[in-house]
Amino acid sequence: MDLPLIWSGLIATAVMLYVLLDGMDLGVGILTGFAKSDDERNLMTATIEPVWDGNETWLILGGGGLFAAFPLAYAILMPAFYLPVMLMLAALIFRGVAFEFRHKAVRKPTRLFWNGAFFGGSLVAALSQGLVLGGFVQGVTVEGRSFAGGQFDWLTPFSLLVAVSVAVGYVLLGACWLVLKTEGEVQKRARRRGLIALIGVALCFAAVSLATLSLDPQVTERWGFTMSSIEPAKLLPLLPIPAAGLILTALVWRDLSMQVEAPDWRPYVLSAGIFLSGYLGLAVSLFPDLVPYDVDLWEAAARDNSLMLMLVGAAIMLPVILIYTGYVYSLFWGKVDPDEAYHD
Amino acid sequence: MEIDALILSRIQFGFVIAFHIMFPAFTIGLAAFLAVCEGLWLWTKKDVFKRLYLHWVKIFALAFAMGVVSGVVMSYQFGTNWSVFSDKAGSVIGPLLGYEVLTAFFLEATFLGVMLFGWKRVGNKLHFIATAAVAVGTTISAFWILSANSWMQTPAGFAIDAETGNFYATNFWEVIFNPSFPSRYVHMMLAAFITTAAVIMAAGAWQVVRKHSSAPTRWQIRMAAGTLCVLMPMQIAAGHWSGEVAYEYQPAKVAAMEGWWETRDVQGTALFAIPDEENERNIAEINIPGTSPYLFPSAEGPMLGLKDFAKEDRPPVFMVFWAFRIMVGAGLCMLGLGLWGAFLWWRGRIDKAGIFHILAIPGGALGFIAVITGWIAAEVGRQPYTVYGFLRTEDSVAPVSTGQVATSLLIFMIVYAIVFTAGTVYMARIATRGFGDDPTDPPSKENRAPGTPLGSVDDKADARTSNTQPEE
Repeated sequence: MDLPLIWSGLIATAVMLYVLLDGMDLGVGILTGFAKSDDERNLMTATIEPVWDGNETWLILGGGGLFAAFPLAYAILMPAFYLPVMLMLAALIFRGVAFEFRHKAVRKPTRLFWNGAFFGGSLVAALSQGLVLGGFVQGVTVEGRSFAGGQFDWLTPFSLLVAVSVAVGYVLLGACWLVLKTEGEVQKRARRRGLIALIGVALCFAAVSLATLSLDPQVTERWGFTMSSIEPAKLLPLLPIPAAGLILTALVWRDLSMQVEAPDWRPYVLSAGIFLSGYLGLAVSLFPDLVPYDVDLWEAAARDNSLMLMLVGAAIMLPVILIYTGYVYSLFWGKVDPDEAYHD
Repeated sequence: MEIDALILSRIQFGFVIAFHIMFPAFTIGLAAFLAVCEGLWLWTKKDVFKRLYLHWVKIFALAFAMGVVSGVVMSYQFGTNWSVFSDKAGSVIGPLLGYEVLTAFFLEATFLGVMLFGWKRVGNKLHFIATAAVAVGTTISAFWILSANSWMQTPAGFAIDAETGNFYATNFWEVIFNPSFPSRYVHMMLAAFITTAAVIMAAGAWQVVRKHSSAPTRWQIRMAAGTLCVLMPMQIAAGHWSGEVAYEYQPAKVAAMEGWWETRDVQGTALFAIPDEENERNIAEINIPGTSPYLFPSAEGPMLGLKDFAKEDRPPVFMVFWAFRIMVGAGLCMLGLGLWGAFLWWRGRIDKAGIFHILAIPGGALGFIAVITGWIAAEVGRQPYTVYGFLRTEDSVAPVSTGQVATSLLIFMIVYAIVFTAGTVYMARIATRGFGDDPTDPPSKENRAPGTPLGSVDDKADARTSNTQPEE
């Protein structure tokens, strides 16, 4: 059994779930910055309050899984992205406590502060995740078993582009989530904001896709592009990935602009599909590297007995986790009722 | 001392973990308290337990949020600041942390949503199960984190790869149940329950002193005093057990805790001393001689002093010595409070404000003080190693620049100062408010604009409507 391969698949799945779930609630957090009133803002946060904590746990599983299954990759990548990771953590702290604190603040200035912290924390967390992703895709300098580059290597036009893309993508997910969970005026505004975000997503994802092709010969080779020609034999089997992204974008547009009668859940699911296509495209470009262009997943893996022990745990626990996560989501299914909060 | 990435990383790790550890310590105990209250309410149908639950669950939500966000930081600092350690020890302790996420984090985080927001959507029994799931999750989480941490103290069940120098497990059973794990886990769990009991007692005492007390206040003080009275003696035994294990596997740590410099057949216990690391002696020592045969009955041969260890293998003595003493002192104070409270209970005087109540208020901090200093004694006592005896701290640090670590340290100090201050204020505000104005009837919905969660209703103007009522 190829344990490192299985584990890379599991971690990729955890990260994907993180992006789809916490990306959604980070997106809602960013959108609260554009709320028309306190009521609207409270309604928005009420849609994610019961689930955000569980969503964020996928980030810990992604990070913790990388540490446990691929300690070498973890040891190289984390110092490489020291500052954006720290920025992300600080932002997540602010945002996480703001969920509670904004309800507890009595005076107006403090309430404004925590509302701002919630919006700002969500935005900065999304941007710094994008910076890490961008820096990761462009590759890091490795010597021996550790990172050997500079502290600002991750800061490039490419990573900035990815940062904006991730934030815009999260906003799209967040807007679609609000379409699912709210009604009336708030839902209408969510649709409109979703459409704006969708335009951003289309532009950003296209730009990132093209820019990625220029990063490393390995990527162009994989997709069948060379300096002068295109290799159809390589490109054609992969073409469905970007094509699916394009079609899904059109479908989300159709749903959000109400050109067809769409159930409220559909924009979110279709948007998740857009993310999935982008994610698959990335996976194809980078496979099997875990530290792009330097360390592949077999080199980075922990000992087989560690991987096996964790696989037993994951095989038992992941289905259980998915079942009760699904249960809790279904428990809170339907339009949000702001009177369910336990606050006073 | 030269300021470099190593020392800054150590300060950062210490700072971040000292902040973090208070929240798990508090939430483990509080989750258990909430589960007990809700269980008692379901069982006895006594309204008072529901009121206790509804009151403390608000504080729990705040503490839990702070624990979660500061915990995320911990899981990433292994990589950002201690990447060489991560590379070297990842194959051994990685799976333990992985199991923590798989078996505990998801359970806690997911059912917390039901616990806080699910009253209207699930029945009472199912809601109780959610509370219990969160409580169980916190203890499972502590199990794995203590296992990983204890392995770093008393590594077992591993070998070292000749080529890469990396640790790998030869027997995961021995890794998980390493020699110091059982005693340290018991010690930490008891610490969590005791810390929470001290806080609950302090909040109750405050209400008594301010003459705000009501039926739930009286219950809460009795439950807390009873808990301290029963658990503190057990904790002293557990601490003693932990010390014996430490002497067997980490004699340098124990020598630092006790301030022993010379190796002697029988050592004493210093009540007060200023360890002078430069000259390898204690200044102004007040010593009870001849105690070591009673404290370490299973130790064989002479009791090792610090001079038996090379200077570069000794932990920082002053810090360990004093952290240990403060921990013990705080513990004894809590024992005193528990016994005193139980005595007043017996004499029927526990509801009348007195010196006991006035002292119990600052006593709410004692658990946190003991947890932090106990942790310092244990972790600084492990120095200069990250994996005791095998991997030095200076060889564990990440290749990050001093400037980066200084920047992040500054960021965390500012962030934590704001978050910690606000959180403490909010928690104290709820805890001291009392139950008098906590009605148990569901609030009327007519008074609120549609779409207004209760949290947005002004805390003062609104009559503390509590919306957590289950629909019966």
